[in-house]
Amino acid sequence: MTTVSHQELAARGLWHNNQALVALLGLCPLLAVSNSLLNGLTLGLATTGVMVVSGSLIAAFRDRLIASIRLPLFVLVIAVTVSSIDLLMQAFLFELHQTLGLFIPLIVTNCAILGRIEAFACRHPVREAGLDGLYTGLGFSGVLVALGAGRELLGQGTLGSLTLFDGYQGFQLAMQPPGAFIALGLLIAVRNAVVSWLRKP
Amino acid sequence: MEAYINLFIKSVFIENMALSFFLGMCTFIAVSKKIETAVGLGIAVVIVQTLTVPANNLIYSFLLKEGALSWAGLKDVDLSFIALMACIGVIAAIVQILEMVLDKFFPALYNALGIFLPLITVNCAILAGSLFMIERDYAFGESVVYGVGSGFGWALAITAMAGVREKLKYSDVPQGLRGLGITFITAGLMAMGFMAFSGIQL
Repeated sequence: MTTVSHQELAARGLWHNNQALVALLGLCPLLAVSNSLLNGLTLGLATTGVMVVSGSLIAAFRDRLIASIRLPLFVLVIAVTVSSIDLLMQAFLFELHQTLGLFIPLIVTNCAILGRIEAFACRHPVREAGLDGLYTGLGFSGVLVALGAGRELLGQGTLGSLTLFDGYQGFQLAMQPPGAFIALGLLIAVRNAVVSWLRKP
Repeated sequence: MEAYINLFIKSVFIENMALSFFLGMCTFIAVSKKIETAVGLGIAVVIVQTLTVPANNLIYSFLLKEGALSWAGLKDVDLSFIALMACIGVIAAIVQILEMVLDKFFPALYNALGIFLPLITVNCAILAGSLFMIERDYAFGESVVYGVGSGFGWALAITAMAGVREKLKYSDVPQGLRGLGITFITAGLMAMGFMAFSGIQL
């Protein structure tokens, strides 16, 4: 078992191994819920919460796991965490829960979570697994927020409760499914550009 | 009969799992490099979806729904809050059983599907099929049609995507967009095509 430093975990989760832009995991919620800043932020935070809790739980039990049935176990732990968050949101954030609808339960099949547990949490101590979940989740939320803000700005000319352009006619494409795909494609291109710019001497 | 045909067409084209709900995206992007593998995965998804949606429908309406346990004398029990865990459990179990049955009785098909079967457990299109079925309150007959239709729609989308990506290899794409960037933009253009169905009322 290797110990991983705090900085390295942060750099990996937020940039080098960003789940949404590099590993391309967890795309379904990313594309579907990123039509406004607020939706993106909430789903990002919910996903981060699930990652931290389920990662730490698995890490705590890592010595007792039986290899052959580990996948169903992981899925069950994630499902329990997600259901709890779903019920909490229903109780305290009802309106937001109505708009996000199906996508909170679908965090269960967010492959980024299962991927992190399988690749990292089941082999590391609780503290590192929790931190890894936190940073991976924040990296994922960052992309969600960027996409959400961009699409909301282009599609409706608003940002949260702010109206930036008065009398903006709206640009339907950015709000619709195709807009999400195209925006994510461009975001990946931007990341590639930054990476190649950083590599230059 | 007409209602079933309408539901089928709606679930294949208008409410296409992959292109209008973004479900099963990870596998949609990862496995659409070649037409052959895309078709294999598509067939696997259709089979699993056809089995899991009706199975979850039966479990939900006879065990979990509010008042569903009245046949056992428990009138006020509402277990719908564990529907999510029940669904994912049923899906994992069915995939596992299907894998063993195919291995034993249809080795040729089993070898052709290969790693795609286990992958399907984490394909959110499958889970979403069951959750949509619960949310929209489909009856058993409708759930069978919906299962077949939504699976078929997903298979259609990934096959078309693989076809486009095979041709894309020979085209001159701007530097930064090469690889994944252009793949997403292609998917966006395909989704635009599917949006043309969106005004149709059946």
